[in-house]
Amino acid sequence: MKVKMLSRNPDNYVRETKLDLQRVPRNYDPTLHPFEVPREYIRALNATKLERVFAKPFLASLDGHRDGVSCLAKHPKSLATVLSGACDGEVRIWNLTKRKCIRTIQAHEGFVRGICTRFCGISFFTVGDDKTVKQWKMDGPGYGEEEEPLHTILGKTVYTGIDHHWKEAIFATCGQQVDIWDEQRTNPICSMTWGFDSISSVKFNPIETFLLGSCASDRNIVLYDMRQATPLKKVILDMRTNTICWNPMEAFIFTAANEDYNLYTFDMRALDTPVMVHMDHVSAVLDVDYSPTGKEFVSASFDKSIRIFPVDKSRSREVYHTKRMQHVICVKWTSDCKYVMCGSDEMNIRLWKANASEKLGVLTSREKAAKDYNQKLKEKFHHHPHIKRIARHRHLPKSIYSQIQEQRIMREARRRKEVNRLKHSKPGSVSIVSEKKKHIVAVVK
Amino acid sequence: MNTSLLPLNSLLALSQREELVDLPKNYPLSASEDEGDSDGERKHQKLLEAISSLDGKNRRKLAERSEASLKVSEFNVSSEGSGEKLVLSDLLEPVKTSSSLAIVKKQLNRVKSKTTVELPLNKEEVERIHREVAFRKTSQALSKWDPIVQKNRRAKQLVFPLDRKHSAFAPIEHVLSGWKARTPLEQEIFNLLHKNKQPVTDPLLTPVEKASLKAMSLEEAKMRREVLQRARALQSYYEAKARREKKIKSKKYHKVVKKGKAKKALKEFEHLQKVNPTAALEELEKIEKARMMERMSLKHQNSGKWAKSKAIMAKYDLEARQAMQEQLAKNKELTQKLQVASESEGEEEGAEEEEEPIVPNAVNKVQMNAGGLNPWMLRSCTSDTREAEIQKDPKQPSEPVVHEVSESEGEEGPMVEEEILMKEFKERQSLRKRSELKQDTELVGSEETKDSSSQEVLSELRALSQKLNKKNHQFRKQKVSSAEAVVQVQREQSATEEEDPLLLQRPERVQTLEELEELGKEGCFQNKELPRPVLEGQCSERNPNNRPDASKEKKKKEQMIDLQNLLTTKPPSVKSLAVPTTIEELEDKEERDQKQVIKEAFAGDDVIRDFLREKREAVEASKPKDLDLTLPGWGEWGGVGLKPSAKKRRWFLIKAPEGPPRKDKNLPNVIINEKRNIHAAAHQVRVLPYPFTHHQQFERTIQTPIGSTWNTQRAFQKLTTPKVVTKPGHIIRPIKAEDVGYRSSSRSDLSVMQRNPNRLSARHKKHLKKNSID
Repeated sequence: MKVKMLSRNPDNYVRETKLDLQRVPRNYDPTLHPFEVPREYIRALNATKLERVFAKPFLASLDGHRDGVSCLAKHPKSLATVLSGACDGEVRIWNLTKRKCIRTIQAHEGFVRGICTRFCGISFFTVGDDKTVKQWKMDGPGYGEEEEPLHTILGKTVYTGIDHHWKEAIFATCGQQVDIWDEQRTNPICSMTWGFDSISSVKFNPIETFLLGSCASDRNIVLYDMRQATPLKKVILDMRTNTICWNPMEAFIFTAANEDYNLYTFDMRALDTPVMVHMDHVSAVLDVDYSPTGKEFVSASFDKSIRIFPVDKSRSREVYHTKRMQHVICVKWTSDCKYVMCGSDEMNIRLWKANASEKLGVLTSREKAAKDYNQKLKEKFHHHPHIKRIARHRHLPKSIYSQIQEQRIMREARRRKEVNRLKHSKPGSVSIVSEKKKHIVAVVK
Repeated sequence: MNTSLLPLNSLLALSQREELVDLPKNYPLSASEDEGDSDGERKHQKLLEAISSLDGKNRRKLAERSEASLKVSEFNVSSEGSGEKLVLSDLLEPVKTSSSLAIVKKQLNRVKSKTTVELPLNKEEVERIHREVAFRKTSQALSKWDPIVQKNRRAKQLVFPLDRKHSAFAPIEHVLSGWKARTPLEQEIFNLLHKNKQPVTDPLLTPVEKASLKAMSLEEAKMRREVLQRARALQSYYEAKARREKKIKSKKYHKVVKKGKAKKALKEFEHLQKVNPTAALEELEKIEKARMMERMSLKHQNSGKWAKSKAIMAKYDLEARQAMQEQLAKNKELTQKLQVASESEGEEEGAEEEEEPIVPNAVNKVQMNAGGLNPWMLRSCTSDTREAEIQKDPKQPSEPVVHEVSESEGEEGPMVEEEILMKEFKERQSLRKRSELKQDTELVGSEETKDSSSQEVLSELRALSQKLNKKNHQFRKQKVSSAEAVVQVQREQSATEEEDPLLLQRPERVQTLEELEELGKEGCFQNKELPRPVLEGQCSERNPNNRPDASKEKKKKEQMIDLQNLLTTKPPSVKSLAVPTTIEELEDKEERDQKQVIKEAFAGDDVIRDFLREKREAVEASKPKDLDLTLPGWGEWGGVGLKPSAKKRRWFLIKAPEGPPRKDKNLPNVIINEKRNIHAAAHQVRVLPYPFTHHQQFERTIQTPIGSTWNTQRAFQKLTTPKVVTKPGHIIRPIKAEDVGYRSSSRSDLSVMQRNPNRLSARHKKHLKKNSID
């Protein structure tokens, strides 16, 4: 007798290992799934909520400096190494994985104004208030040796900033003028000036390495061409620019951190209008650094917070602060694009996650898929009011919060006045100046 | 300004020169004389000055000279006192005459010709220019990054670090250099490969191939290349020639060529028959095959475009006819099956013999009638003509034609199918022609009869109309006043005679009818007579007795004015005898046209009714619906065509509760949408977000699910690819020119700097010099 039985191919329902998920055969016919959108909406809402729940960006505080941290530098070859200079002339080298200081050098008398590493990562340079430029070995001295710089250059004036060329043995310092130095020589191979001013920072372009940008205290940003040994152009803003940072993926884009609470992203070929004005800080912006992907940058402000801005947005996507963090003087984005470091007045260097709710460590493929899916869901529904409200919500210290309110009122009043003036004047006599143009005083050729 | 001054300068210079020339003369003179002279002269001069100053314009300080300049010497020439500069040309002038001073003159000329070098720009200016040039240069250099930046910004996914090592396709031998055959199977395979000298490591060329490559000597290779070259050249020539010939449009040429080819082939065939019978047989087979192909392809049938056109032309054109015949012959020839001699041969031959006499007959007939045609065409043609002849006698039926057709069919019995088909085609054509001819003949036949009859009818009609007119005339005469009647009569008469005014009236009536219909549609309270202004006018003219009624009606209507009314009504024109009526009618027509245009523009614009309907629909839609829970077949019989009983339906119908009253219940002009759910609205996007241009676009993005619940694994992965991917623990370096395929400058920035030392600092230059000396 033949017995008829149901028989299935075990390939269709048996897991390879018991850690695998159960196989669920699915019918993807859309008519069978009438509640796609509501379900996804709820998933997106949950994802957004969880993102806020898990948003714990603060990782570590590196303490050890005995004065405010004035400058930070990344190691070009090692992700775990960070250098920092303090206001008492001390330079410390930190190991991030151990979260410990591995070396301390009393480099200068007075402030360490600037610190930069050589592109090879073997040595680093510091400038200080004692009018010296010093080159140090990255590795500590051997047993019984004294801590001494490799070279010391004694200058005539105070150097306020330093940056190293990205490929060659050249570095640039700024002070009264921008000097380009050959590492082997004790005199600058070229010095460029445009007017007389104290230049606060100088930065090499990481892509087109012969380009330099500097900002001076007479409110201007000057671009230099090192090869032709000449300044190129100068743009004068409303207020002083504290520092600039070049985009590491887009050769002609740089961002300037300004005293007027804003950051300005410029295309260096068209300086008369910034590409974007980034506004969210409520006090002077002191430092800015691009993420290595060139999509975002982090800014440090006098208002005791750091903010992360997307390059193409005028508002920040993230704000970090702690109760104990004072005026943030310097900030750096690590080269693996995962962390942000900031050095502040109260002698600490803090390590933050660049993505506040990101899970650290190795992710399984399923976790990765879930993360990607949640990210996409958040993006997809981010226009919906509830999701938007949750995603945007940030806790702020009272001082910043009240200042934001205050400034909002002020801005509104200014806007109203402008509108009124426009309304009650002869047509054509008053023109509206866009926010982008408003802060540019002049471009000097 | 300068130009105007120049002549003055030269004048002054002249006067100076004179003085200079005079000087030596004056020198020996006594002082007293000089003084006296000079006194007089001075006065004279002053006088002149005074006069000149009266002019007011030319108040120049003229040179005043009282005594010879102290500085005059042989080394020095001064123009002191004149207040003017000494010009070189002034010095040259007197030198002209003396030839001894030629050298000096030359030197002076040389000095004169040399233009002075302009002052160097000030330092700031120079620097500015330098900066501008440098900026332009760097901007240009930077623009090369534009496409990359754009690409990266738009990229769906960017994976960092960018400078990943691309996994190159290295041959396995390179990767596994230390690999050796171990298992017996591998060893066997490798033995085989080695025996045959198959490539194991470098699979490009086998050793044999390499050897063969080496074997060919240089000369051989050259010769071979030459041969190949020649062959290639010849081929190209031949191709060119063929192309050229192909382009020749002359049909005659092609015909000749074809014929020539055919002849040649025949000759060759004959020759082959003699020399090589087997080859000839093969050839024959080929020919047979060609014939078969032709038979299959219907190429020489009359179905082509060309053939059809020729068939049409054949009736009139001798050449076309011949061409058709030729084609048919060709077709026959090609499609004729080569018969093996058999018993049926005799019969067929007989049939052919039978057939043959027909053709010349037909040809003769056609030549008698209209000229030569192909046999099938001819027959139909002849039949046509015959029919035409027959049909001239209209009472005879067309039976003989049919008969003849059948006869001809009988004759064509032994013919091949194709030919029958052909014939059918022809017959169809001929039939068509026949019918045409019939009609023609009928027309011709009837026209003469009809002409007279139609004229009679026409005359009768005319008479009738005249009678009618007269009757009208009389009828109206009884009622209408004489003057108006005269006008009417005149008009009507003109209408009957010319028929134009009537036609003119026509569209107007249609128009009014349309208007009526429209009004009817509107369901308004208007009378039908209302919007007929002209007619009304006429009416009023015709029966003035009715006039008061009309005016009453109008009064009524005026109370309810609407758009249509305003558009269509027109004050009734009062016509008098003196005014020529035709002009008024023209005006009427214009106005009517305008109205028509307006009406067309607003056609179907019944806004209020639309709105009411809309509102009704909205109300209906918003009403809660009753819930019918009847299940067929429960408790009673079920099946196709059976409905659940009314009782059951009543039982299971759940009546929807009356909703709250609509907010717009008492607002006749408003529809308030009550569908909007406040609770849901809190979750909905209110404003269309930025990158989207249309709400549908946005809705679509929301409606496509991205989860794995609704998508296949592959689609899910694609839909959820993150925009930026970074690898943990990898240092991301700034983008480099080499990464994106650009050539980075080979020279280092430092070397470039040292190449333009003029811009280096002075100290560094010194340093460099020292280095070079060392």
